[in-house]
Amino acid sequence: MNSLIPLLVAAPLAGAALLLLGGRALDRFGHWLATGLAALSFGFGLVLFSDLLGRDAEHRTVTTRLFSWVPVNGFQADVSFRLDQLSMTFVLLITGVGTLIHLYSVGYMAYDERRRRFFAYLNLFLAAMLLLVVADNYLLLYFGWEGVGLASYLLIGFWQHKPSAATAAKKAFIVNRVGDLGLSIAIMLMFAEFGSFAFGPVFGGASGASEGKLTAIGLMLLLAACGKSAQVPLQSWLGDAMEGPTPVSALIHAATMVTAGVYLIIRSSAIFDLAPDAQTAVVVVGAVTLLFGAVVGCAKDDIKKALAGSTMSQIGYMVMAAGLGPIGYAFAIMHLVTHGFFKAGLFLGAGSVMHGMNDEVDMRRYGGLRKYMPWTYRTFAVGYLAIIGVPPLSGFFSKDKIIEAAFAKGGTEGWILGLCALVGAAVTAFYMTRVMLLTFFGEKRWQPDAQGNAPHPHESPSTMTVPMVLLALGSACAGGIFAYHDAFLKWLEPVTGHSEGNPPFGSWTVSGLTTACMLAGVGVSYLMYGRSPVPVVPPVGSPLTRAARRDLLQDDFNHAVLVRPGSALTATLVFFDSRGLDGFVNGLAATIGGLSSRMRRVQNGFVRSYALSMFGGTLLLVASTLLVRSF
Amino acid sequence: MNPVNYLYLSALLFTIGASGVLIRRNAIVLFMCVELMLNASNLALVTFSRLHGTLDGQIIAFFTMVVAAAEVVVGLAIIVSIFRTRHSASVDDSNLMKL
Amino acid sequence: MIAHLAAASGTTSTGEAVQFWVLAVVAVGGALGMLLMRKAVHSALCLAATMMALAVCYMAQGAVFLGVVQIVVYTGAIMMLFLFVVMLVGVTSEDSLKEQLKGQRFAAVLCGLGFGVLLIAGIANARLDHFTGLSEANAEGNVPGLARLIFTRYVWAFEVTGALLITAAIGAMVLTHRERVKAPKTQRELAEQRVRDNLQVPPLPAPGVYARHNAVDVPALLPDGTVAEDSVMATLRARGQVRDVSQAMLRRMAELENSTADWLGRPSSERPAVTGVRKPLEPAGANHVNHTNHTNHTNHANHVNHTNHTNHTNHDGDEEGVR
Repeated sequence: MNSLIPLLVAAPLAGAALLLLGGRALDRFGHWLATGLAALSFGFGLVLFSDLLGRDAEHRTVTTRLFSWVPVNGFQADVSFRLDQLSMTFVLLITGVGTLIHLYSVGYMAYDERRRRFFAYLNLFLAAMLLLVVADNYLLLYFGWEGVGLASYLLIGFWQHKPSAATAAKKAFIVNRVGDLGLSIAIMLMFAEFGSFAFGPVFGGASGASEGKLTAIGLMLLLAACGKSAQVPLQSWLGDAMEGPTPVSALIHAATMVTAGVYLIIRSSAIFDLAPDAQTAVVVVGAVTLLFGAVVGCAKDDIKKALAGSTMSQIGYMVMAAGLGPIGYAFAIMHLVTHGFFKAGLFLGAGSVMHGMNDEVDMRRYGGLRKYMPWTYRTFAVGYLAIIGVPPLSGFFSKDKIIEAAFAKGGTEGWILGLCALVGAAVTAFYMTRVMLLTFFGEKRWQPDAQGNAPHPHESPSTMTVPMVLLALGSACAGGIFAYHDAFLKWLEPVTGHSEGNPPFGSWTVSGLTTACMLAGVGVSYLMYGRSPVPVVPPVGSPLTRAARRDLLQDDFNHAVLVRPGSALTATLVFFDSRGLDGFVNGLAATIGGLSSRMRRVQNGFVRSYALSMFGGTLLLVASTLLVRSF
Repeated sequence: MNPVNYLYLSALLFTIGASGVLIRRNAIVLFMCVELMLNASNLALVTFSRLHGTLDGQIIAFFTMVVAAAEVVVGLAIIVSIFRTRHSASVDDSNLMKL
Repeated sequence: MIAHLAAASGTTSTGEAVQFWVLAVVAVGGALGMLLMRKAVHSALCLAATMMALAVCYMAQGAVFLGVVQIVVYTGAIMMLFLFVVMLVGVTSEDSLKEQLKGQRFAAVLCGLGFGVLLIAGIANARLDHFTGLSEANAEGNVPGLARLIFTRYVWAFEVTGALLITAAIGAMVLTHRERVKAPKTQRELAEQRVRDNLQVPPLPAPGVYARHNAVDVPALLPDGTVAEDSVMATLRARGQVRDVSQAMLRRMAELENSTADWLGRPSSERPAVTGVRKPLEPAGANHVNHTNHTNHTNHANHVNHTNHTNHTNHDGDEEGVR
């Protein structure tokens, strides 16, 4: 059974290699090949899952060593895999949602002439992501981490003919580099501290390490998580990443890759548990991002960017939960999985809408689409209900548990976090209702574009609707299944551990509060967007709205704090380099050159002239000899 | 008379020869100047031989003559072949070896 | 000789002193002459004189063998080789005295003076008031003494010198040897080609003018008074050593005609015009005077010639003897 784990990674990797190297011959069926390989990987995942289920709860960690990767004396890096409940959850999510999105892409990218390449990148992403979650040491995890970064870069910039896409890809890559730096430093610290970076020795040795070092490692890991999961302060790339094709947004920038940060934190729980300061930092980052993303999501008119803000906010929930320690680990993962379903479904729905609307993304130019695309409407509605947490859909169970856990943290901290989470839930309900109303309800507001092509909204082909329906099913039922007798909690508990904390009030109270906040958000949104017609041209809005439209000035902040001093430094260095160093070197060269061209005139070709210099030299020799002799 | 006067004569002749090499342009005359320099040094060698009372100076002068003869043969051959191709015996006309 | 008589003391005999001062003047005069003469052949002769003087100096100092070798090899062989080459290159060719390299002559004189002063000062500084003399070394004769040294201590250098001489001989041959690419043409083939080319079928005109000249460098004159270039050998033309006497000849002919006319009392209209100034003859393929405007040219130059008449005759000094 263990030998299936490498195959899990190998199948999509082989697909990527085949598609990239295979050439045009694979144009005709390459996308089906890729989809098949993703499904094959999912199949392997299911087989392994059933195998794990057949074991005791305590013996569900399977490791396998493939080969020695970098054997250097004390530095031993192996390509070895670890499959436990946490990894298994991710594997199923990645391959499952991944397969569905492959299927969806078959229809979505049908008319793109570079479709084969697209599927190759998707497969590459799957392979890298699977490697990330099944790696048994941090170095291999880092390899997968960079692999998903690469795939993300390639896919955001897939339509590289658009300057905005190319810029967005570059931005994502560079911001991710900052996070990657954190991960690499964390790995170095681990090696310095524990002499290894395999999970076993690191987690085993964590209890013996000083808290300061653990805090340092934890903060570096948090930096890495911030980069990959678009958490404040490294959040700026996610909104721009929506330049990529919509399936990419669904798979990578909503369901899977951006949750890698959450995985990293929970995987390193042994370190975080012993470094309370680092945990506090995680919680703060999560809470801030939760509200930040929600506010941004409220103001965006671009459907994908609104969803991206939502993604950021939801991952903020997860990170916050992950920062709560054993109280929240399992719920973070649970929310991660349910979010994977409904956010992927929402993005696919958004893609379907765009597909039918000539790639229009502005929600103010939608309206009343439910009549034109019934299946998209239905699945989107399920996702919508799930994300705002309407019971008994999956979002309700997972989000409710996180809010509960936030309160269960206890003390002032618990209250602050809990209230943040409640506000977040209300805002989530507000902006998701807004998206829903603007897109599917109200009057139709679309107009002919500049070329006079009026959109003809239509339902998408079945390759696109089938995944949406499946994801909607997941969105609807997953939460309930997970919460049934705390099945998910029990499944993960051997890995993450669990504690109840000390909740100030019962879980029913929290559920009531959450539902009330959600209803309030929906109500406000309905009052604002459901009762009166929506203007096509966005109103000026309050300062907060205007700031939120600009992603709460994140780019201005980065520009002012990072780019401008950086440019100034570079300009200074360039000035110093060109005037100082180059000036010196060039001046030296010019001096030598000038002297040489003067000296060259001595070489005039006249033998008598040479004889004269010889004779002059002899004269000097004789003179100096006599001079020396005379003393 | 002190035989040192021979050395003065030798120095004078050598200097005249060297100046001739620098001043004259005709390759043949230039060559003659070189010969004069060799002769001047021969005179010095012979005088030294006499001063020291040994014949070694004369031997060296003898070898100098032989070498001078060989040199003249080759040098004149070079002059003739240059004159054949360039129709000039002036050393200033052969000045292509430069930048 | 004198050297044998010289004792191992600080001075030489008076005879040698007299001989030295005479020879020194000859040697330095020859050297300066070589340096200053414009013609290479004169330089060679001056150098020969210097070498002879040096040969006598060698003998006076007891180097009898070297003195003889100096005369036989240097003056007899090497200087003759120089003269051969001078003849090949052109015996009358002169160096232009104009210096072409900027500052070269000044620097050369400066260096020469400085060098001479330094050498002489160096010799003067050395304590050379005692000399051994060669009477002991030459006891069994100069030549046996030299031979003993050459074939014992210096035998290796001697052998190497032999190799050097062989190399030099071969080198000289290689340098002056011209590879013949095809067989030389026979006289018959040359004659046939001349007819085939049809450029100059009859023999070339002989040099000399109206039998008044027999020098090979004086070209024959054509009936119109222009120069027949072909009559001078190509080597002289290449060197630019052609003497153009056409002006003087024509002028003299005209004078002769005029004096005859004076004597016969002919009217001036029947007298010939004195030929005008021609372009100076250019070496190697100089173009002949254009015949179409010849008369025009002559008339125009008439006046000039009459005014400068006396001048011209005085200048043509080398023609006087022939007249």
